Amino acid sequence: MATYKHSVSLDESKCKGCTTCLKRCPTEAIRIRDGRAVINPSRCIDCGECIRVCPHKAKKAVYDSLDCLNNYKYTIALPAPSLYGQFDNLDNIGYILGGLKEIGFDSVFEVARAAEIVSAYTRLYLNRPGIVKPVISSACPAISRIISMNFPFLCEHVIPLLAPIDIAARLAKEEALETHPELSPDEIGVFFISPCPAKVSYVKNGFAGEKNYIDHVVSVRDVYFVLLDEMKKLRENGTDETTESGMVGIGWASTGGESAAVFNERYLAADGIENCIRVLERIDNEDIHNLDYVELNACSGGCVGGAMTVANPYIAQARLQLLKRYLPVSPNRPTEKEIPETVMAEGGLQYTPSAKLSENREEAMQMMRDIESICKSLPGIDCGSCGAPTCMAFAEDIIKGDTNSDECTVIMRSLFHEYLKEHEEKAILEGLKPLVPRHNANQTKTAESK
Amino acid sequence: MGEVLKFHFDVDGENFSSAGEASVVVKKKLRQLGFSPDIMRRVSIAMYEGEINMVIHADGGTADVTVDDNEITIVLKDRGPGIPDVSLAMQEGYSTACDNIRSLGFGAGMGLPNMKKYTDFMQIDSEVGVGTTVTMKIKLN
Repeated sequence: MATYKHSVSLDESKCKGCTTCLKRCPTEAIRIRDGRAVINPSRCIDCGECIRVCPHKAKKAVYDSLDCLNNYKYTIALPAPSLYGQFDNLDNIGYILGGLKEIGFDSVFEVARAAEIVSAYTRLYLNRPGIVKPVISSACPAISRIISMNFPFLCEHVIPLLAPIDIAARLAKEEALETHPELSPDEIGVFFISPCPAKVSYVKNGFAGEKNYIDHVVSVRDVYFVLLDEMKKLRENGTDETTESGMVGIGWASTGGESAAVFNERYLAADGIENCIRVLERIDNEDIHNLDYVELNACSGGCVGGAMTVANPYIAQARLQLLKRYLPVSPNRPTEKEIPETVMAEGGLQYTPSAKLSENREEAMQMMRDIESICKSLPGIDCGSCGAPTCMAFAEDIIKGDTNSDECTVIMRSLFHEYLKEHEEKAILEGLKPLVPRHNANQTKTAESK
Repeated sequence: MGEVLKFHFDVDGENFSSAGEASVVVKKKLRQLGFSPDIMRRVSIAMYEGEINMVIHADGGTADVTVDDNEITIVLKDRGPGIPDVSLAMQEGYSTACDNIRSLGFGAGMGLPNMKKYTDFMQIDSEVGVGTTVTMKIKLN
Protein backbone atom coordinates (compact mmCIF):
# COMPACT_ATOMS: atom_id res chain seq x y z
CA MET A 1 0.00 0.00 0.00
CA ALA A 2 1.55 3.25 -1.14
CA THR A 3 1.59 6.04 1.43
CA TYR A 4 -0.85 8.91 1.00
CA LYS A 5 0.75 12.08 -0.34
CA HIS A 6 -0.19 15.29 1.44
CA SER A 7 -0.38 18.97 0.63
CA VAL A 8 -0.81 20.56 4.05
CA SER A 9 2.56 21.51 5.45
CA LEU A 10 4.28 23.66 8.06
CA ASP A 11 6.54 26.68 7.79
CA GLU A 12 8.76 25.92 10.79
CA SER A 13 10.11 29.46 11.00
CA LYS A 14 6.62 30.86 11.61
CA CYS A 15 5.29 28.20 13.98
CA LYS A 16 5.24 29.34 17.61
CA GLY A 17 4.17 25.96 18.98
CA CYS A 18 0.86 27.38 20.20
CA THR A 19 -1.96 24.86 20.52
CA THR A 20 -4.49 26.40 18.13
CA CYS A 21 -4.16 23.89 15.28
CA LEU A 22 -3.62 21.06 17.75
CA LYS A 23 -7.04 21.63 19.27
CA ARG A 24 -8.86 22.10 15.99
CA CYS A 25 -7.54 19.16 13.98
CA PRO A 26 -10.54 16.84 13.47
CA THR A 27 -8.42 13.68 13.26
CA GLU A 28 -5.94 14.51 16.07
CA ALA A 29 -3.16 14.38 13.48
CA ILE A 30 -1.11 17.22 15.03
CA ARG A 31 1.30 17.19 17.97
CA ILE A 32 3.57 19.93 19.28
CA ARG A 33 7.13 18.62 19.60
CA ASP A 34 10.12 20.80 20.53
CA GLY A 35 7.95 23.89 20.27
CA ARG A 36 6.76 23.20 16.70
CA ALA A 37 3.69 21.56 15.22
CA VAL A 38 4.24 18.14 13.66
CA ILE A 39 1.64 16.61 11.31
CA ASN A 40 1.17 12.84 11.36
CA PRO A 41 0.79 11.92 7.68
CA SER A 42 -1.08 8.70 8.44
CA ARG A 43 -3.89 10.67 10.08
CA CYS A 44 -4.00 13.96 8.15
CA ILE A 45 -6.94 14.26 5.75
CA ASP A 46 -5.75 17.57 4.20
CA CYS A 47 -8.97 19.32 5.20
CA GLY A 48 -7.09 22.58 5.71
CA GLU A 49 -8.68 23.35 9.09
CA CYS A 50 -5.22 24.07 10.57
CA ILE A 51 -4.43 26.49 7.73
CA ARG A 52 -7.62 28.41 8.46
CA VAL A 53 -7.04 28.68 12.22
CA CYS A 54 -3.27 29.22 12.49
CA PRO A 55 -2.79 32.72 13.99
CA HIS A 56 0.81 32.85 12.72
CA LYS A 57 0.14 31.70 9.16
CA ALA A 58 2.59 28.86 9.70
CA LYS A 59 0.36 26.19 8.19
CA LYS A 60 0.25 26.27 4.43
CA ALA A 61 -0.96 24.34 1.45
CA VAL A 62 1.68 23.13 -0.96
CA TYR A 63 0.69 23.49 -4.60
CA ASP A 64 2.31 24.40 -7.90
CA SER A 65 3.33 27.85 -9.05
CA LEU A 66 1.89 29.44 -12.18
CA ASP A 67 5.48 29.48 -13.49
CA CYS A 68 4.94 25.82 -14.42
CA LEU A 69 2.96 27.15 -17.40
CA ASN A 70 6.36 27.67 -19.10
CA ASN A 71 7.06 23.94 -19.09
CA TYR A 72 4.48 23.16 -21.79
CA LYS A 73 3.81 24.04 -25.39
CA TYR A 74 0.08 24.07 -24.76
CA THR A 75 -1.68 24.68 -21.45
CA ILE A 76 -5.25 24.12 -20.30
CA ALA A 77 -6.87 25.73 -17.25
CA LEU A 78 -9.50 23.77 -15.32
CA PRO A 79 -11.14 26.38 -13.09
CA ALA A 80 -13.15 25.01 -10.16
CA PRO A 81 -16.61 26.65 -10.05
CA SER A 82 -15.68 28.15 -6.67
CA LEU A 83 -13.32 30.51 -8.55
CA TYR A 84 -16.35 32.28 -10.04
CA GLY A 85 -17.55 33.34 -6.59
CA GLN A 86 -14.34 35.19 -5.72
CA PHE A 87 -15.00 38.38 -7.72
CA ASP A 88 -17.12 41.31 -6.66
CA ASN A 89 -19.72 42.77 -9.06
CA LEU A 90 -19.08 40.18 -11.73
CA ASP A 91 -21.95 39.73 -14.16
CA ASN A 92 -20.32 37.55 -16.78
CA ILE A 93 -18.22 34.43 -16.17
CA GLY A 94 -16.72 35.10 -19.62
CA TYR A 95 -14.41 37.70 -18.07
CA ILE A 96 -12.83 35.00 -15.90
CA LEU A 97 -12.47 32.59 -18.81
CA GLY A 98 -11.03 35.33 -21.03
CA GLY A 99 -8.75 36.46 -18.20
CA LEU A 100 -7.34 32.94 -17.85
CA LYS A 101 -6.30 33.05 -21.51
CA GLU A 102 -4.74 36.50 -20.99
CA ILE A 103 -2.57 35.19 -18.15
CA GLY A 104 -1.11 32.49 -20.37
CA PHE A 105 -3.46 29.54 -20.71
CA ASP A 106 -4.13 28.37 -24.27
CA SER A 107 -7.54 26.99 -23.46
CA VAL A 108 -10.00 26.65 -20.59
CA PHE A 109 -12.22 23.71 -19.67
CA GLU A 110 -14.67 24.52 -16.90
CA VAL A 111 -14.82 21.89 -14.14
CA ALA A 112 -18.49 22.88 -13.72
CA ARG A 113 -19.18 21.26 -17.12
CA ALA A 114 -17.78 17.95 -15.88
CA ALA A 115 -19.74 18.38 -12.64
CA GLU A 116 -22.93 18.32 -14.70
CA ILE A 117 -21.79 15.07 -16.31
CA VAL A 118 -21.10 13.60 -12.85
CA SER A 119 -24.54 14.74 -11.65
CA ALA A 120 -26.15 12.95 -14.60
CA TYR A 121 -24.22 9.74 -13.92
CA THR A 122 -25.07 10.02 -10.23
CA ARG A 123 -28.76 10.05 -11.13
CA LEU A 124 -28.22 6.91 -13.22
CA TYR A 125 -26.27 5.29 -10.39
CA LEU A 126 -29.05 5.98 -7.87
CA ASN A 127 -31.44 3.99 -10.08
CA ARG A 128 -29.21 0.92 -10.20
CA PRO A 129 -30.76 -2.04 -8.43
CA GLY A 130 -28.90 -3.46 -5.44
CA ILE A 131 -26.75 -0.44 -4.57
CA VAL A 132 -26.19 0.37 -0.89
CA LYS A 133 -28.04 3.49 0.25
CA PRO A 134 -27.59 6.20 1.21
CA VAL A 135 -25.07 6.81 -1.55
CA ILE A 136 -22.34 9.15 -0.32
CA SER A 137 -20.75 11.64 -2.72
CA SER A 138 -17.09 11.09 -3.61
CA ALA A 139 -16.50 14.75 -4.50
CA CYS A 140 -14.85 15.97 -1.27
CA PRO A 141 -11.49 14.18 -0.94
CA ALA A 142 -11.16 15.00 2.77
CA ILE A 143 -14.45 13.19 3.39
CA SER A 144 -13.48 10.19 1.23
CA ARG A 145 -10.22 9.92 3.14
CA ILE A 146 -11.79 10.02 6.59
CA ILE A 147 -14.30 7.38 5.48
CA SER A 148 -11.50 5.13 4.22
CA MET A 149 -9.67 5.55 7.56
CA ASN A 150 -12.48 5.34 10.09
CA PHE A 151 -15.68 4.00 8.54
CA PRO A 152 -15.04 0.60 6.94
CA PHE A 153 -18.74 -0.09 6.43
CA LEU A 154 -19.38 3.21 4.73
CA CYS A 155 -16.74 2.63 2.01
CA GLU A 156 -19.26 0.82 -0.15
CA HIS A 157 -21.71 3.70 0.27
CA VAL A 158 -19.29 6.07 -1.47
CA ILE A 159 -20.22 6.38 -5.14
CA PRO A 160 -17.41 4.80 -7.19
CA LEU A 161 -17.46 7.66 -9.69
CA LEU A 162 -14.47 9.77 -10.59
CA ALA A 163 -14.66 13.40 -9.46
CA PRO A 164 -15.52 16.25 -11.88
CA ILE A 165 -11.85 17.30 -12.02
CA ASP A 166 -10.83 13.85 -13.34
CA ILE A 167 -13.47 13.92 -16.02
CA ALA A 168 -12.73 17.54 -16.93
CA ALA A 169 -9.01 16.77 -17.24
CA ARG A 170 -9.56 13.81 -19.53
CA LEU A 171 -12.07 15.57 -21.77
CA ALA A 172 -9.86 18.67 -21.95
CA LYS A 173 -6.77 16.68 -22.90
CA GLU A 174 -8.66 14.67 -25.52
CA GLU A 175 -10.13 17.85 -26.96
CA ALA A 176 -6.68 19.48 -27.16
CA LEU A 177 -5.13 16.47 -28.89
CA GLU A 178 -7.96 16.49 -31.41
CA THR A 179 -7.78 20.20 -32.23
CA HIS A 180 -3.95 20.22 -32.17
CA PRO A 181 -2.83 16.95 -33.72
CA GLU A 182 0.73 18.30 -33.94
CA LEU A 183 1.05 18.11 -30.12
CA SER A 184 2.14 15.05 -28.16
CA PRO A 185 0.32 14.34 -24.86
CA ASP A 186 3.27 15.43 -22.69
CA GLU A 187 3.50 18.78 -24.45
CA ILE A 188 0.05 19.60 -23.07
CA GLY A 189 -0.10 20.79 -19.47
CA VAL A 190 -3.42 20.42 -17.62
CA PHE A 191 -3.72 22.85 -14.68
CA PHE A 192 -6.45 22.48 -12.10
CA ILE A 193 -7.28 25.70 -10.23
CA SER A 194 -8.14 24.36 -6.78
CA PRO A 195 -9.96 25.93 -3.83
CA CYS A 196 -8.47 23.54 -1.26
CA PRO A 197 -5.48 21.40 -0.26
CA ALA A 198 -7.59 18.23 -0.13
CA LYS A 199 -8.07 18.41 -3.88
CA VAL A 200 -4.32 18.98 -4.35
CA SER A 201 -3.74 15.74 -2.46
CA TYR A 202 -6.51 14.04 -4.42
CA VAL A 203 -4.68 14.82 -7.64
CA LYS A 204 -1.40 13.49 -6.21
CA ASN A 205 -2.98 10.25 -5.02
CA GLY A 206 -5.96 9.68 -7.34
CA PHE A 207 -9.39 8.48 -6.25
CA ALA A 208 -9.13 4.88 -5.08
CA GLY A 209 -5.70 4.81 -6.72
CA GLU A 210 -6.97 5.71 -10.22
CA LYS A 211 -4.52 7.59 -12.44
CA ASN A 212 -5.58 11.06 -13.53
CA TYR A 213 -4.75 13.48 -16.30
CA ILE A 214 -3.97 16.57 -14.22
CA ASP A 215 -0.36 17.73 -14.45
CA HIS A 216 -0.38 20.63 -11.99
CA VAL A 217 -2.59 22.13 -9.31
CA VAL A 218 -2.52 25.86 -8.68
CA SER A 219 -4.54 27.76 -6.10
CA VAL A 220 -7.66 29.86 -6.55
CA ARG A 221 -5.89 32.53 -4.49
CA ASP A 222 -2.80 32.81 -6.76
CA VAL A 223 -4.94 32.87 -9.87
CA TYR A 224 -7.32 35.43 -8.33
CA PHE A 225 -4.58 37.99 -7.84
CA VAL A 226 -3.15 37.71 -11.36
CA LEU A 227 -6.63 37.62 -12.89
CA LEU A 228 -7.78 40.89 -11.29
CA ASP A 229 -5.82 43.16 -13.63
CA GLU A 230 -6.60 41.21 -16.77
CA MET A 231 -10.29 41.08 -15.92
CA LYS A 232 -10.36 44.81 -15.36
CA LYS A 233 -9.10 45.33 -18.93
CA LEU A 234 -11.59 42.83 -20.32
CA ARG A 235 -14.46 44.50 -18.49
CA GLU A 236 -13.53 47.74 -20.23
CA ASN A 237 -12.99 46.22 -23.68
CA GLY A 238 -15.49 43.35 -23.58
CA THR A 239 -14.91 39.66 -24.28
CA ASP A 240 -16.28 37.01 -26.61
CA GLU A 241 -15.84 34.28 -24.01
CA THR A 242 -18.96 32.81 -22.44
CA THR A 243 -19.52 30.09 -19.92
CA GLU A 244 -20.55 26.68 -21.17
CA SER A 245 -21.73 25.62 -17.70
CA GLY A 246 -25.22 25.76 -16.25
CA MET A 247 -26.86 26.19 -12.88
CA VAL A 248 -26.14 22.60 -11.92
CA GLY A 249 -22.40 22.72 -12.53
CA ILE A 250 -21.84 26.07 -10.87
CA GLY A 251 -24.07 24.99 -7.99
CA TRP A 252 -21.46 22.37 -7.04
CA ALA A 253 -19.30 25.17 -5.57
CA SER A 254 -21.45 25.45 -2.46
CA THR A 255 -23.24 23.07 -0.13
CA GLY A 256 -26.51 21.73 -1.43
CA GLY A 257 -25.76 22.37 -5.10
CA GLU A 258 -24.55 18.88 -5.77
CA SER A 259 -27.55 17.37 -3.95
CA ALA A 260 -30.07 19.57 -5.75
CA ALA A 261 -28.70 18.19 -9.03
CA VAL A 262 -29.72 14.66 -8.04
CA PHE A 263 -33.36 15.71 -8.63
CA ASN A 264 -34.49 13.67 -5.62
CA GLU A 265 -35.63 15.15 -2.32
CA ARG A 266 -34.30 12.28 -0.24
CA TYR A 267 -30.91 13.85 0.28
CA LEU A 268 -28.82 15.27 3.08
CA ALA A 269 -26.22 18.00 2.52
CA ALA A 270 -23.84 18.90 5.33
CA ASP A 271 -20.71 20.98 5.63
CA GLY A 272 -17.98 21.69 8.16
CA ILE A 273 -15.79 18.70 9.01
CA GLU A 274 -17.16 18.23 12.55
CA ASN A 275 -20.76 18.18 11.31
CA CYS A 276 -19.81 15.77 8.54
CA ILE A 277 -18.17 13.37 11.01
CA ARG A 278 -21.32 13.41 13.16
CA VAL A 279 -23.46 12.63 10.14
CA LEU A 280 -21.12 9.78 9.18
CA GLU A 281 -21.37 8.35 12.71
CA ARG A 282 -25.16 8.44 12.46
CA ILE A 283 -25.19 6.73 9.07
CA ASP A 284 -22.73 4.15 10.39
CA ASN A 285 -25.14 3.45 13.25
CA GLU A 286 -27.97 2.96 10.73
CA ASP A 287 -29.71 5.82 12.45
CA ILE A 288 -30.62 8.00 9.47
CA HIS A 289 -33.47 6.61 7.44
CA ASN A 290 -35.15 7.36 4.13
CA LEU A 291 -32.09 8.87 2.50
CA ASP A 292 -30.85 8.19 -1.02
CA TYR A 293 -27.99 10.64 -1.31
CA VAL A 294 -25.55 12.30 1.06
CA GLU A 295 -23.36 15.25 0.12
CA LEU A 296 -20.65 16.07 2.63
CA ASN A 297 -18.25 18.99 2.36
CA ALA A 298 -15.37 19.27 4.81
CA CYS A 299 -15.34 23.07 4.44
CA SER A 300 -18.05 25.34 5.83
CA GLY A 301 -20.18 26.57 2.95
CA GLY A 302 -18.80 23.86 0.63
CA CYS A 303 -15.91 24.26 -1.84
CA VAL A 304 -16.21 28.06 -1.69
CA GLY A 305 -14.97 27.66 1.91
CA GLY A 306 -11.72 25.99 0.82
CA ALA A 307 -8.51 27.08 2.52
CA MET A 308 -6.99 28.24 -0.80
CA THR A 309 -9.76 30.73 -1.67
CA VAL A 310 -9.92 34.47 -1.06
CA ALA A 311 -13.57 35.41 -0.45
CA ASN A 312 -15.74 34.64 2.55
CA PRO A 313 -17.61 31.42 1.63
CA TYR A 314 -21.07 32.85 2.18
CA ILE A 315 -20.36 36.01 0.21
CA ALA A 316 -18.96 33.84 -2.58
CA GLN A 317 -22.14 31.75 -2.51
CA ALA A 318 -24.34 34.85 -2.74
CA ARG A 319 -22.36 35.99 -5.79
CA LEU A 320 -22.73 32.57 -7.42
CA GLN A 321 -26.49 32.69 -6.95
CA LEU A 322 -26.62 35.89 -8.99
CA LEU A 323 -24.13 34.66 -11.60
CA LYS A 324 -26.01 31.47 -12.39
CA ARG A 325 -29.56 32.81 -12.32
CA TYR A 326 -29.95 33.29 -16.09
CA LEU A 327 -27.94 30.23 -17.11
CA PRO A 328 -29.51 27.06 -18.52
CA VAL A 329 -30.04 24.26 -15.97
CA SER A 330 -27.54 21.72 -17.22
CA PRO A 331 -26.22 22.11 -20.78
CA ASN A 332 -23.56 19.38 -20.37
CA ARG A 333 -25.87 16.43 -19.97
CA PRO A 334 -24.43 13.20 -21.42
CA THR A 335 -26.70 11.21 -23.73
CA GLU A 336 -25.77 7.70 -22.50
CA LYS A 337 -28.29 5.71 -20.50
CA GLU A 338 -25.49 3.69 -18.86
CA ILE A 339 -22.51 4.99 -16.89
CA PRO A 340 -19.36 4.41 -18.99
CA GLU A 341 -16.70 2.24 -17.33
CA THR A 342 -14.13 4.98 -17.96
CA VAL A 343 -15.63 7.24 -15.29
CA MET A 344 -15.95 4.52 -12.64
CA ALA A 345 -13.21 3.85 -10.10
CA GLU A 346 -12.66 0.11 -10.14
CA GLY A 347 -13.07 -1.46 -6.71
CA GLY A 348 -14.35 1.78 -5.16
CA LEU A 349 -13.11 3.21 -1.90
CA GLN A 350 -11.10 0.79 0.28
CA TYR A 351 -10.78 0.65 4.07
CA THR A 352 -7.24 1.51 5.17
CA PRO A 353 -7.18 1.40 8.99
CA SER A 354 -4.56 3.68 10.49
CA ALA A 355 -5.11 3.73 14.23
CA LYS A 356 -4.04 0.23 15.35
CA LEU A 357 -1.95 0.24 18.53
CA SER A 358 -0.29 -3.07 17.65
CA GLU A 359 -0.65 -5.89 15.15
CA ASN A 360 -0.79 -8.26 18.11
CA ARG A 361 -4.18 -8.21 19.87
CA GLU A 362 -2.78 -9.21 23.27
CA GLU A 363 -0.18 -6.46 23.13
CA ALA A 364 -2.80 -3.93 21.96
CA MET A 365 -5.05 -4.90 24.91
CA GLN A 366 -2.16 -4.40 27.35
CA MET A 367 -1.33 -1.02 25.79
CA MET A 368 -4.97 0.03 26.03
CA ARG A 369 -5.10 -0.95 29.71
CA ASP A 370 -1.96 1.13 30.36
CA ILE A 371 -3.43 4.06 28.41
CA GLU A 372 -6.64 3.95 30.47
CA SER A 373 -4.69 3.82 33.71
CA ILE A 374 -2.36 6.71 32.77
CA CYS A 375 -5.33 8.75 31.60
CA LYS A 376 -6.98 8.41 35.01
CA SER A 377 -3.90 10.00 36.63
CA LEU A 378 -3.97 13.00 34.25
CA PRO A 379 -5.87 16.24 35.04
CA GLY A 380 -8.46 15.71 32.26
CA ILE A 381 -8.56 19.37 31.23
CA ASP A 382 -7.26 18.74 27.68
CA CYS A 383 -5.15 21.91 27.83
CA GLY A 384 -2.75 20.83 25.08
CA SER A 385 0.39 22.11 26.85
CA CYS A 386 1.95 18.64 26.69
CA GLY A 387 1.73 18.79 22.89
CA ALA A 388 -1.21 16.39 22.54
CA PRO A 389 -4.78 17.58 21.89
CA THR A 390 -6.36 15.71 24.82
CA CYS A 391 -5.24 13.93 27.98
CA MET A 392 -6.33 10.66 26.34
CA ALA A 393 -4.20 11.35 23.26
CA PHE A 394 -1.29 12.23 25.59
CA ALA A 395 -1.69 8.88 27.40
CA GLU A 396 -1.66 7.12 24.02
CA ASP A 397 1.49 8.99 23.00
CA ILE A 398 3.23 7.99 26.26
CA ILE A 399 2.42 4.31 25.72
CA LYS A 400 3.50 4.46 22.09
CA GLY A 401 6.81 5.94 23.31
CA ASP A 402 6.34 9.26 21.49
CA THR A 403 6.56 11.40 24.62
CA ASN A 404 6.93 11.03 28.40
CA SER A 405 4.73 11.85 31.36
CA ASP A 406 6.97 14.78 32.49
CA GLU A 407 5.44 16.83 29.67
CA CYS A 408 2.18 17.26 31.61
CA THR A 409 2.55 20.84 32.87
CA VAL A 410 -0.32 20.52 35.33
CA ILE A 411 1.28 17.59 37.14
CA MET A 412 4.72 19.21 36.94
CA ARG A 413 3.37 22.43 38.43
CA SER A 414 1.95 20.69 41.46
CA LEU A 415 5.19 18.73 41.93
CA PHE A 416 7.12 21.99 41.70
CA HIS A 417 4.86 23.65 44.29
CA GLU A 418 5.49 20.77 46.67
CA TYR A 419 9.22 21.05 46.11
CA LEU A 420 9.18 24.82 46.70
CA LYS A 421 7.19 24.40 49.89
CA GLU A 422 9.66 21.83 51.22
CA HIS A 423 12.59 24.05 50.37
CA GLU A 424 10.96 27.09 51.97
CA GLU A 425 10.40 25.27 55.26
CA LYS A 426 14.00 24.11 55.18
CA ALA A 427 15.21 27.62 54.36
CA ILE A 428 13.36 29.14 57.33
CA LEU A 429 14.80 26.52 59.68
CA GLU A 430 18.34 26.92 58.38
CA GLY A 431 18.20 30.67 57.68
CA LEU A 432 18.81 30.24 53.92
CA LYS A 433 17.57 32.40 51.08
CA PRO A 434 14.35 31.20 49.43
CA LEU A 435 14.88 29.32 46.14
CA VAL A 436 12.53 31.56 44.17
CA PRO A 437 11.50 35.07 45.28
CA ARG A 438 7.82 34.65 46.13
CA HIS A 439 5.17 37.18 45.15
CA ASN A 440 1.64 36.74 46.29
CA ALA A 441 -1.44 38.90 46.24
CA ASN A 442 -1.10 39.98 49.93
CA GLN A 443 2.48 41.18 49.53
CA THR A 444 1.63 43.18 46.44
CA LYS A 445 -1.27 44.88 48.26
CA THR A 446 0.95 45.87 51.21
CA ALA A 447 3.55 47.27 48.84
CA GLU A 448 0.89 49.35 47.06
CA SER A 449 -0.58 50.77 50.28
CA LYS A 450 2.85 52.04 51.32
CA MET B 1 -4.26 -13.55 28.69
CA GLY B 2 -6.84 -13.56 31.47
CA GLU B 3 -6.85 -9.83 32.16
CA VAL B 4 -9.82 -7.98 30.77
CA LEU B 5 -10.20 -4.45 29.49
CA LYS B 6 -12.95 -2.29 30.95
CA PHE B 7 -14.46 1.01 29.91
CA HIS B 8 -16.98 2.95 31.94
CA PHE B 9 -19.20 5.79 30.74
CA ASP B 10 -21.78 7.99 32.36
CA VAL B 11 -24.55 8.64 29.86
CA ASP B 12 -25.96 12.13 30.31
CA GLY B 13 -29.74 12.17 30.16
CA GLU B 14 -30.06 15.91 29.76
CA ASN B 15 -28.53 16.35 26.38
CA PHE B 16 -29.91 14.85 23.18
CA SER B 17 -27.23 16.26 20.97
CA SER B 18 -24.50 14.36 22.81
CA ALA B 19 -26.45 11.06 22.91
CA GLY B 20 -24.41 8.29 21.33
CA GLU B 21 -21.02 9.72 22.26
CA ALA B 22 -19.96 6.74 24.36
CA SER B 23 -20.50 4.37 21.45
CA VAL B 24 -18.33 6.61 19.26
CA VAL B 25 -15.55 6.40 21.84
CA VAL B 26 -15.91 2.61 22.07
CA LYS B 27 -15.79 2.31 18.29
CA LYS B 28 -12.50 4.22 18.27
CA LYS B 29 -11.06 1.98 21.02
CA LEU B 30 -12.02 -1.17 19.10
CA ARG B 31 -10.40 0.27 15.98
CA GLN B 32 -7.21 0.91 17.95
CA LEU B 33 -7.34 -2.67 19.25
CA GLY B 34 -7.52 -3.88 15.66
CA PHE B 35 -10.97 -5.50 15.76
CA SER B 36 -12.63 -6.35 12.46
CA PRO B 37 -15.05 -3.84 10.91
CA ASP B 38 -17.89 -6.30 11.55
CA ILE B 39 -17.27 -6.49 15.31
CA MET B 40 -16.79 -2.70 15.51
CA ARG B 41 -20.06 -2.10 13.78
CA ARG B 42 -22.12 -4.58 15.79
CA VAL B 43 -20.82 -3.29 19.14
CA SER B 44 -21.26 0.29 18.03
CA ILE B 45 -24.85 -0.06 16.79
CA ALA B 46 -26.01 -2.14 19.77
CA MET B 47 -24.44 0.28 22.21
CA TYR B 48 -25.67 3.36 20.35
CA GLU B 49 -29.27 2.14 20.36
CA GLY B 50 -28.99 1.34 24.07
CA GLU B 51 -27.54 4.74 24.83
CA ILE B 52 -30.34 6.48 22.95
CA ASN B 53 -32.90 4.41 24.89
CA MET B 54 -31.41 5.49 28.18
CA VAL B 55 -31.54 9.13 27.13
CA ILE B 56 -35.10 8.94 25.79
CA HIS B 57 -36.71 6.88 28.53
CA ALA B 58 -34.54 6.88 31.63
CA ASP B 59 -32.81 10.26 31.98
CA GLY B 60 -29.43 8.66 31.31
CA GLY B 61 -27.49 5.95 33.12
CA THR B 62 -24.20 4.13 32.88
CA ALA B 63 -22.55 2.03 30.21
CA ASP B 64 -19.85 -0.52 30.97
CA VAL B 65 -17.97 -2.30 28.22
CA THR B 66 -15.72 -5.27 28.95
CA VAL B 67 -13.41 -6.83 26.38
CA ASP B 68 -11.88 -10.24 27.04
CA ASP B 69 -10.46 -13.06 24.93
CA ASN B 70 -13.83 -14.48 23.96
CA GLU B 71 -16.39 -11.72 23.94
CA ILE B 72 -17.29 -8.08 24.29
CA THR B 73 -19.90 -7.41 26.97
CA ILE B 74 -21.96 -4.23 27.14
CA VAL B 75 -23.96 -3.52 30.29
CA LEU B 76 -26.33 -0.55 30.21
CA LYS B 77 -27.85 0.36 33.53
CA ASP B 78 -30.44 3.01 34.30
CA ARG B 79 -32.76 4.06 37.12
CA GLY B 80 -35.60 4.87 34.77
CA PRO B 81 -39.27 3.88 34.81
CA GLY B 82 -38.60 0.24 33.88
CA ILE B 83 -40.24 -1.78 31.09
CA PRO B 84 -43.65 -3.25 32.09
CA ASP B 85 -43.80 -5.79 29.23
CA VAL B 86 -40.41 -6.74 27.83
CA SER B 87 -41.77 -8.98 25.05
CA LEU B 88 -44.00 -6.15 23.81
CA ALA B 89 -41.05 -3.73 23.90
CA MET B 90 -39.04 -6.19 21.80
CA GLN B 91 -41.53 -5.98 18.92
CA GLU B 92 -40.37 -4.01 15.92
CA GLY B 93 -42.15 -0.70 15.68
CA TYR B 94 -43.48 -0.70 19.24
CA SER B 95 -42.52 2.55 20.92
CA THR B 96 -43.55 4.58 23.94
CA ALA B 97 -41.53 7.62 22.87
CA CYS B 98 -43.48 10.86 22.81
CA ASP B 99 -43.98 13.04 19.72
CA ASN B 100 -41.23 15.53 20.42
CA ILE B 101 -38.72 12.64 20.66
CA ARG B 102 -40.04 11.22 17.38
CA SER B 103 -39.70 14.60 15.73
CA LEU B 104 -35.97 14.36 16.46
CA GLY B 105 -35.81 11.18 14.43
CA PHE B 106 -35.76 8.82 17.39
CA GLY B 107 -38.44 6.55 18.87
CA ALA B 108 -39.14 4.40 15.81
CA GLY B 109 -39.48 1.29 17.93
CA MET B 110 -36.38 -0.31 16.40
CA GLY B 111 -33.93 0.17 19.28
CA LEU B 112 -34.34 -3.07 21.24
CA PRO B 113 -34.93 -5.25 18.15
CA ASN B 114 -31.75 -3.84 16.58
CA MET B 115 -29.78 -4.45 19.76
CA LYS B 116 -30.92 -8.07 19.70
CA LYS B 117 -30.19 -8.39 15.98
CA TYR B 118 -26.58 -7.22 16.28
CA THR B 119 -25.59 -9.16 19.40
CA ASP B 120 -25.13 -12.86 20.19
CA PHE B 121 -26.76 -12.59 23.60
CA MET B 122 -29.10 -10.05 25.14
CA GLN B 123 -30.79 -10.04 28.52
CA ILE B 124 -33.13 -7.38 29.89
CA ASP B 125 -33.62 -7.13 33.64
CA SER B 126 -36.23 -4.54 34.34
CA GLU B 127 -38.38 -3.60 37.29
CA VAL B 128 -41.10 -0.97 36.97
CA GLY B 129 -40.23 2.07 39.05
CA VAL B 130 -36.71 0.84 39.75
CA GLY B 131 -34.83 0.71 36.48
CA THR B 132 -33.52 -1.44 33.66
CA THR B 133 -30.27 -3.28 33.04
CA VAL B 134 -29.54 -4.50 29.54
CA THR B 135 -26.67 -6.95 29.13
CA MET B 136 -25.41 -7.69 25.62
CA LYS B 137 -22.60 -9.95 24.47
CA ILE B 138 -20.83 -10.16 21.14
CA LYS B 139 -18.70 -13.25 20.62
CA LEU B 140 -15.22 -12.85 19.17
CA ASN B 141 -13.78 -15.37 16.68
